[in-house]
Amino acid sequence: MTPPLISVQDVSKVFQMGDVEVRALRGVSLDIEAGEFLAIRGPSGSGKSTLMNIVGCLDRPTTGRYLLDGKDVAPLDRDALAKIRNQRLGFVFQSFNLLPRTSALENVELPLLYAGVPRSERHRRAARALERVGLGDRLDHTPNRLSGGQQQRVAIARALVTEPKLILADEPTGNLDSRTSVEVMALFQELGSTGITIVVVTHEPDIATFVGRQIVVRDGHIASDRRQTPVKADPSTIPAEDVA
Amino acid sequence: MNDLETLRVAIRALLRNKLRSFLTTLGMIFGVGAVVATVAIGEGARATVERAFASMGTNLLVVLPGSANTGGARGGFGSQPTLTWEDLKAIRAEVPTVRYAVPYLRSSSQVLSEEQNWTTQVAGTEPDYFEIRSWPMELGTRFTDSDVDTGTKVVVLGATVAEKLFGAFSNPVGQTVRIRNIPFQVVAVAGRKGQTPTGQDSDDVVFIPRTTFQAKIQGGLGKFLQGSIFISATNANTAQRQVTDLLRDRHRIGGPSDDDFQIRNLAEVASAQEESSRTVTLFLAIVAAVSLLVGGIGIMNIMLVSVTERTREIGTRIAVGARGRDILRQFLGEAVVLAVAGGVLGITAGIGVARWLTAAFHWPVAFRPDVMILAVVFSGAVGVVFGLYPARKASRLDPIEALRYE
Repeated sequence: MTPPLISVQDVSKVFQMGDVEVRALRGVSLDIEAGEFLAIRGPSGSGKSTLMNIVGCLDRPTTGRYLLDGKDVAPLDRDALAKIRNQRLGFVFQSFNLLPRTSALENVELPLLYAGVPRSERHRRAARALERVGLGDRLDHTPNRLSGGQQQRVAIARALVTEPKLILADEPTGNLDSRTSVEVMALFQELGSTGITIVVVTHEPDIATFVGRQIVVRDGHIASDRRQTPVKADPSTIPAEDVA
Repeated sequence: MNDLETLRVAIRALLRNKLRSFLTTLGMIFGVGAVVATVAIGEGARATVERAFASMGTNLLVVLPGSANTGGARGGFGSQPTLTWEDLKAIRAEVPTVRYAVPYLRSSSQVLSEEQNWTTQVAGTEPDYFEIRSWPMELGTRFTDSDVDTGTKVVVLGATVAEKLFGAFSNPVGQTVRIRNIPFQVVAVAGRKGQTPTGQDSDDVVFIPRTTFQAKIQGGLGKFLQGSIFISATNANTAQRQVTDLLRDRHRIGGPSDDDFQIRNLAEVASAQEESSRTVTLFLAIVAAVSLLVGGIGIMNIMLVSVTERTREIGTRIAVGARGRDILRQFLGEAVVLAVAGGVLGITAGIGVARWLTAAFHWPVAFRPDVMILAVVFSGAVGVVFGLYPARKASRLDPIEALRYE
């Protein structure tokens, strides 16, 4: 039996804020199989972002174990974690986090730069990733010449370019209007159908209807974990006047 | 990521903020520019002084008579003729480091041509004098040893005198001039030497054979050499010692008594001059160090601002797989590029300013490529030193905090 792609085992996280201890996670266990498209939902302060940071190898659990692809990441040093983030994970952020005054192509190339991929191959792969998100004709556009939805698609192309097994999206639709949000979710559904595992953190219940599994986190616990039949994301159902 | 990629990333980042990058380098530009310009001016001045010394002749010693001790009253130099013609012969024969030794007798006198007159220095000497001073003739041929032997009435005019008596661009060779009412035939005009290190005109002089000088100007051939002796030596310092010993011996000066002559060694004057220019160079080095320090602080300041401002960019880079050292190298690269660019622009500006000073004020300048290379190397070092702290700060950012930074 192959191990789950992600296995979070009784993880807790405590932050020391001055004299006060903040328990962001209190014993969370969660397995995610390869190819799943799932949403982690919860109000702010519920611990969902902390869980995301641990899964994304940006943070370490205080107690408990986190196995990525069956391997415990606890003994790995900063550089080794950087390598995992670079080669096996892709990140999508709420505010896109694109480099300003830098072309879409160069933004998408960024992870390949740190992977040591030669220049010509970087160009080729970045262009292919941008085509995949439907921006093949915007390669040399800088972020300020792209709409919010287009910027987020560049960010998704950046997450895709290293061909990771897992994409982690932290509030990917938080800065987008409803039609563009649905467009982005449609893109995730399409990518999910090719076998990529996608984890979306969101506080919007609407967005969570587009995924196959919904986990609700509350007060550092998993409050519910249920599978569902995803609603097909279809931007054409949203009235055009909502387009920003 | 290799060094070339790091450099490219750094340059890209700097070009995103062209004006700020330029303003940041201004400190370095002014610092390095000032150093390059002042070194060029200093070198130019030194080269001028060196040329002046070189025009005096190399390894030159001048033996001056004087300082007779008469019953305890010590006269100054030149107070009494103490050098004899026999002394000169002995110097020529007995001191191995002496290449040439010639007498130099002088007197101020009016010199007349057909139409003009000019009061100048009349010098009686021998042909070797022109060898000692490495002084070529502009026109004609200088007088010879046989002229000295027979006491011919021939004269070599200095360039200034030739101009004053016959006008510029004339050829007075073959003409006659009168010195103390005695006609002399002009055989040559000496080449132009320019100023002496003390600012006198080397060319305001006429030369006649020393025998003619003794007979017609000084009046009579005596035992004493009523002038000085010019010596060209293979080694000025050794020759100075040897000539001193010889003359003390010949003049029977023993023990602690004063010399009754003085030897001037121009190499010593030149080295004193070198000493003072070394002081100037040291001072310049201090100015350079201070200006590079200021430039470096300017770079550090902007790099710190840049790190804060680009916190989110740094967080993004770390999230997509940059290691701490990649971030460190990127920001260090930016600091070094800024510093070196400032250095290179500073050199260009310094050369420009120096050229302008030459064009506008005729200041002599001389460029030192080694100083420029050093300036670039130092600029790079400044970039590393002052870029390190901001770069370390950037590389140690917590990615979670950095990504959330507004």
